[in-house]
Amino acid sequence: MTTHPLPTTSSAGTAARVPAKGPKRSFAALRVLGAALGTTRGRISAGLTLLVLAIAFLGPLVPGSPTAFAAPPFSNPSVPGAGLLGTDVLGQSVLFRVLHGGQHLMLLAFLATVIAVGSGAVIGVVAAYRRGFVENLLMRGVDVVLAIPQLVFALLLLSLIGPEWWLLILAVGLSQAPQTARVIYGAAQSVTEKDFVKAVAVWGVPTRSILARHVLPNLTTPLMVELGLRLSYSIVLIAGLSFLGFGSPPPEPDWGVMVNENRIGMAANPWGVLAPALLLALLAVGTNTFADAIARANLGETRGEDAVLGAAAGPTTEGSK
Amino acid sequence: MAGIMTKSLAAAGTPARPRAAAGRAAHPIRRLLLWRVPLGVLSVVLVGVLTYLATRVLPGDAASAILGQFATPEALASLREELGLDQPLVPGLLSWFGDFVTGQFGTSLATRGPVTDVVLPRLENSAVLILIVALVSTVIGVVGGVMAANRRDGIFDSSASLVALVASALPEFVVGVFVIFVFSVGFLDWFPAVSIIPPEDRIWDEPIKLVLPALTLVIVTAPYMFRMVRAAMIEALTSDYAEVARLKGASTARLLFRHALPNATAPAVQVLGLNLLYLAGGIVLVETVFQYPGIGLALASAVQTRDVPVLQFIVVLLAIFFVTLNILTDLLVLLSTPRRRAPR
Repeated sequence: MTTHPLPTTSSAGTAARVPAKGPKRSFAALRVLGAALGTTRGRISAGLTLLVLAIAFLGPLVPGSPTAFAAPPFSNPSVPGAGLLGTDVLGQSVLFRVLHGGQHLMLLAFLATVIAVGSGAVIGVVAAYRRGFVENLLMRGVDVVLAIPQLVFALLLLSLIGPEWWLLILAVGLSQAPQTARVIYGAAQSVTEKDFVKAVAVWGVPTRSILARHVLPNLTTPLMVELGLRLSYSIVLIAGLSFLGFGSPPPEPDWGVMVNENRIGMAANPWGVLAPALLLALLAVGTNTFADAIARANLGETRGEDAVLGAAAGPTTEGSK
Repeated sequence: MAGIMTKSLAAAGTPARPRAAAGRAAHPIRRLLLWRVPLGVLSVVLVGVLTYLATRVLPGDAASAILGQFATPEALASLREELGLDQPLVPGLLSWFGDFVTGQFGTSLATRGPVTDVVLPRLENSAVLILIVALVSTVIGVVGGVMAANRRDGIFDSSASLVALVASALPEFVVGVFVIFVFSVGFLDWFPAVSIIPPEDRIWDEPIKLVLPALTLVIVTAPYMFRMVRAAMIEALTSDYAEVARLKGASTARLLFRHALPNATAPAVQVLGLNLLYLAGGIVLVETVFQYPGIGLALASAVQTRDVPVLQFIVVLLAIFFVTLNILTDLLVLLSTPRRRAPR
């Protein structure tokens, strides 16, 4: 694969593991998170996120049916039997539907985030390390994909193939991978230039372990910021797609679907819309602000702001760099 | 075209990236155009290919998926022919492409009329909405950003920054329903909650129905402009030349508008471009919330009814918009940044 200046025996691969930093590195991610939690902004946003996560994952444990008929459709909370938040378009309890309707969406958002950051980081790091033809191919490919209206394209696929959950996470994940690729590519360029990376390459360490053990650990902060941002955007995108009708199929509760189907009864019982919308808003703001806090705490205010805004920037390049 | 591509690939592709020999270094603007226009065309072609392929990846085929399991064989055959599914993959793609390039965009499966009749009137409605939003959010973002940077960490700066941080993270349809709740059904009864108009009308016949969709999109797009302008202004105001100007007794207004603001032009243009790109996708959700008669809603309903020709037309249309806007933004950013404009 790579051209090793000194093609040595296979033992070189194992020998090279010795200088690797060992256990200390596994705490890098915790240190980055800890710095963010040291700020007021970080603590508040983490608290908001955990609150919504708790509702989404512990909610289904609360006894009560999200699909049973409770009271006439769009009953106020004041109507007997309607429950704390009234009833929805089918007369089901909004409270129980809210408690049950977040888990699915959240799991999909996590998976999409893993796909986005995983594939984006691989593309970015490989492009920064390999240079030349591979670099051009990958980064121009990223440019081409970024020039496609992603939400719209995801809609095309979903409408033809159907609202399959795997397609949803693939569409949402892969549509964000180019953004991550560009950010990680930018950050990795300064790392791959460093002497220690060149040195391990000279020792004959395989490219894959150079990237995994020597380059990626130095990109912990941008990776954590990207994880936070991509999670936030995945939540927004998946909620948006389920609002448009690609969420969980009808009897299952889903926050995005709830906002859509209860809109017509907003004047009678606004909670059918407001409760899921509020939770989605808190979740999106919490994750996004936490990403912002990670960036600020680890990069300083100005560069942190740049990292968050630049990452959100998505399309448009610096022209022909 | 291929020749241009390989040439520019070769020019920028040397591993160690030494600046090309002085004589051969192209002017940045020409280099940008040489690079981006072919890549942009490639993007649009790729979208077209994917758009066609999407109808063929199904285990059965798109025709039976659209018509359902009770369709008659004749109906299936005629729909297959219409979608170009009756031919083998490559000739089918080429003939679909040929039709598209020559302006035959097909017939809507829902209305049985030409696709252009369905899409173009709605395109005007969407264009009006997008332009109003872009204008308003740019003005708010720039004015707010300058004010915040002028009194950094003051009351206005901290509160506006917090609002911007929160607003920029909110999902657009969530903002939409909050806006409806506040201005239409919950507290105030000022504006209509839906923007449905008779099909022969245009949205400017009933401008009151523009207000809430536009407000929603402004809330989502203005924070980004605000944050970028604020950051650029602060950077300029803390620079050495701003300090010199201050020491020479320049007034605050002169310092802000003559010395600092020009430095915010390039980021502002970039954000304007990004906001417009975002709007091209964001209108799908917001137009659905308000039932606003634009192409976003047309797309959403085409998705529901599986009106494939309309879908394909809108996707390719939006891809062309995306690509053109991307190139235009980068061009304007170059033009507004003299130091990056110089040939190197």
